[in-house]
Amino acid sequence: MPTLSELFAVHPRDGGWAGFLLAQVATDKPLLWVQDRMAIRESGRIHPPGLPTQNLIHVEARDARDALWAMEEGVRCACLSAVIGELWGDPRALDFTATRRLAVAAERSGTPCWLVRLGGNASLSGARMRWRVASAPSLLNPLDVRAPGLPAWDAELFRARGMPPGRWIIAHEADRFHLVAGAGDRALDEDQRFTA
Amino acid sequence: MPELAIERWTKTSDSPPDAPVVLTVEGTHGPVIHAVTRVAAERGARPGARLADARALDPALIALPADPTSDAALVERLARWAGRWSPLVEVDGDPSTSFGTGGLRLDVSGVAHLFGGEDGLVRDIRDCFARIGLTAGVAIAPTALAAWALARFPSPLCGRGSTRAKRERGERACQTRTSAPLPGAAGRRLSLPHGGGRDLLEQLSPLPVSALRLDADTVRTLERLGLKTIGALLSVPRLALARRFRGAEDVVDALDRALGRKPEPLTAAPVEPPPRALLKLEEPATHPEAASQALERLIPKLVHQLQERHLGARRLSLTGYRVDGSVGVASVATAIPSREPKHLQRLLADKAAALNPEFGFDAFALTADWTEDLGAAQDSLVEEPSGERELARLVDRLTVKLGERAVGRPRAEESHLPERASGWVSAVMASPSPLCGGGKEARSARRERRQAAVSPFSPTPLPQGGEGRKPQRLLDRPEAIDVIYATPEGMPRRFMWRRAVHDIARVEGPERIAPEWWRQPSSTRLRDYYRVEDASGRRYWIYREGLIADGRGGAPAWFIHGLFG
Repeated sequence: MPTLSELFAVHPRDGGWAGFLLAQVATDKPLLWVQDRMAIRESGRIHPPGLPTQNLIHVEARDARDALWAMEEGVRCACLSAVIGELWGDPRALDFTATRRLAVAAERSGTPCWLVRLGGNASLSGARMRWRVASAPSLLNPLDVRAPGLPAWDAELFRARGMPPGRWIIAHEADRFHLVAGAGDRALDEDQRFTA
Repeated sequence: MPELAIERWTKTSDSPPDAPVVLTVEGTHGPVIHAVTRVAAERGARPGARLADARALDPALIALPADPTSDAALVERLARWAGRWSPLVEVDGDPSTSFGTGGLRLDVSGVAHLFGGEDGLVRDIRDCFARIGLTAGVAIAPTALAAWALARFPSPLCGRGSTRAKRERGERACQTRTSAPLPGAAGRRLSLPHGGGRDLLEQLSPLPVSALRLDADTVRTLERLGLKTIGALLSVPRLALARRFRGAEDVVDALDRALGRKPEPLTAAPVEPPPRALLKLEEPATHPEAASQALERLIPKLVHQLQERHLGARRLSLTGYRVDGSVGVASVATAIPSREPKHLQRLLADKAAALNPEFGFDAFALTADWTEDLGAAQDSLVEEPSGERELARLVDRLTVKLGERAVGRPRAEESHLPERASGWVSAVMASPSPLCGGGKEARSARRERRQAAVSPFSPTPLPQGGEGRKPQRLLDRPEAIDVIYATPEGMPRRFMWRRAVHDIARVEGPERIAPEWWRQPSSTRLRDYYRVEDASGRRYWIYREGLIADGRGGAPAWFIHGLFG
């Protein structure tokens, strides 16, 4: 069900979370990608040639308040495939009320919303799912052993409504997430649930 | 335009072309012929004659009522169309009442060179009128009246304009030096150098006096006096002429206008003004909500106008006129044409509230500066607007609040350099179609077109080999990093970015991107890009700028440019 998910980048200068997130986003409709200015300065601006879709609207917000406003405007619109918002640090504007508003709006319009926190700490939030994502060493490249292969992620679901938390090292291949290493049997069921 | 009436009739009716048709208007003593077809003219029908007289010559004439209103409307339309030649176009005379005086008057000062000189202009006008099936007599002269005369009465000496063998009528262009009101003394001189005062005299002299656009009685009087041509008229002393012809039938005045001694201003047909709603206040309003309240009252008025003209606003501006003579303006743009009151009001509300009344507003105007056609459409039967419109409204709202530069859509550029290849274009200015579904094809088609049209090179698309070939994030400005490498031209081993050390575990590269020598200075160095992965799995895009001994600077420097997801 589309809702608000919060995603913490374990390391702010690690762009790995974007691959994890984009693997779960549909691209049939335009995408709204909001970045606040600090996030752009610290970890770069999105680069359309590297993204799965070119059909997107990018918003460069002055601060977290504008970014949250833009996200809320976008989430209310059912014509978007998803809204992704990146906020740097722990802005004051981002409180429980703000996240709760986003969550309710996302559930009402059916537009999934991803709130990405770079260099922030998890505090009270209305998000239905809270992830902590870091890059993991990539898979073996079949063509060149010394080159990076398919990306893998160390994803931890530390808070979720209606499902147990867990931690997996996963990769995305041929439209499916699959486990890479180091998880128990129970995790495999969970993993099936997240195959987009 | 006597030909105009019959030509318009021939175009709209489906009768055989050889029918002896005459168009009639009601005169004081029964119907009067207004226009005749060629066949009818051969049988003796003449415009201005009574229908009964023409019937006496040939009883087979078919008489139909003329439609002067539609003729006048056509001339109006032609006047707008003639704006292609000159910005100043005037409908001359009233084709519905006076026979054959209808025409267009163009001020072509400073315009002719665009069409290859005055001859080229005349040819172009004639060709265009011939293409739409209207007979046109064209003449360029230094004064309006002279052009009028030359277009209607072919001068035996004239080389230009009135040489048309066909019944020359209707269209007439004049280079009126006197079109702007001139001080009386200067007017006499000004017209003469242009078009040659002597030429003008020579061309006008052999013309009949009716070419001076005098009324019929005056012309008859003059002809009875033996003054049949303008030349003859000029030889009579001015004083005698002025004494004999007084009041309305002022022959001297007509002569002066024809020769440029007196100004004859040209009044251009008005351009249709943009939709505008105005609100005047009884007393200056100084409270801060004045603009918002005015907006609430102006929007319905403007929307009504837009509805009537089937337009949608692309840019709106609210102007507040202050009592001290200054103005405050708030304007917004929309991504697709719109005339929905709620949406427009929502867009303008914030900006209107920010208008500072200072000493008080005493009037407001809401103008749709930029409009596009928008048919009368119902959104939908149920309360759910289409995705495209909704998206455009979202873009509008974002742009109004955050600024035009903050809301962008990707635009592919013709370049190998990553920071150049992906540009951003303001979302509100981008055409709305690619926003909605199927935009990808439209965009790629556009890119192909641009490739074909603009670039002298057609670079092949970069190999999209493995997934994640391109980084998902790009730093606005590549940042310098310290790199440790095994050999100067070899793979990097470790780098330091923002005081954090990254041990490189895996690396792929280089991917060499040469500088764009046709755009960049010759000292620009090439870039060798490497995809690197550090020990904890983070993937970066780094490059080495230049080679050792490439003769473009010292040791190569390293930069980080992107992050992989």
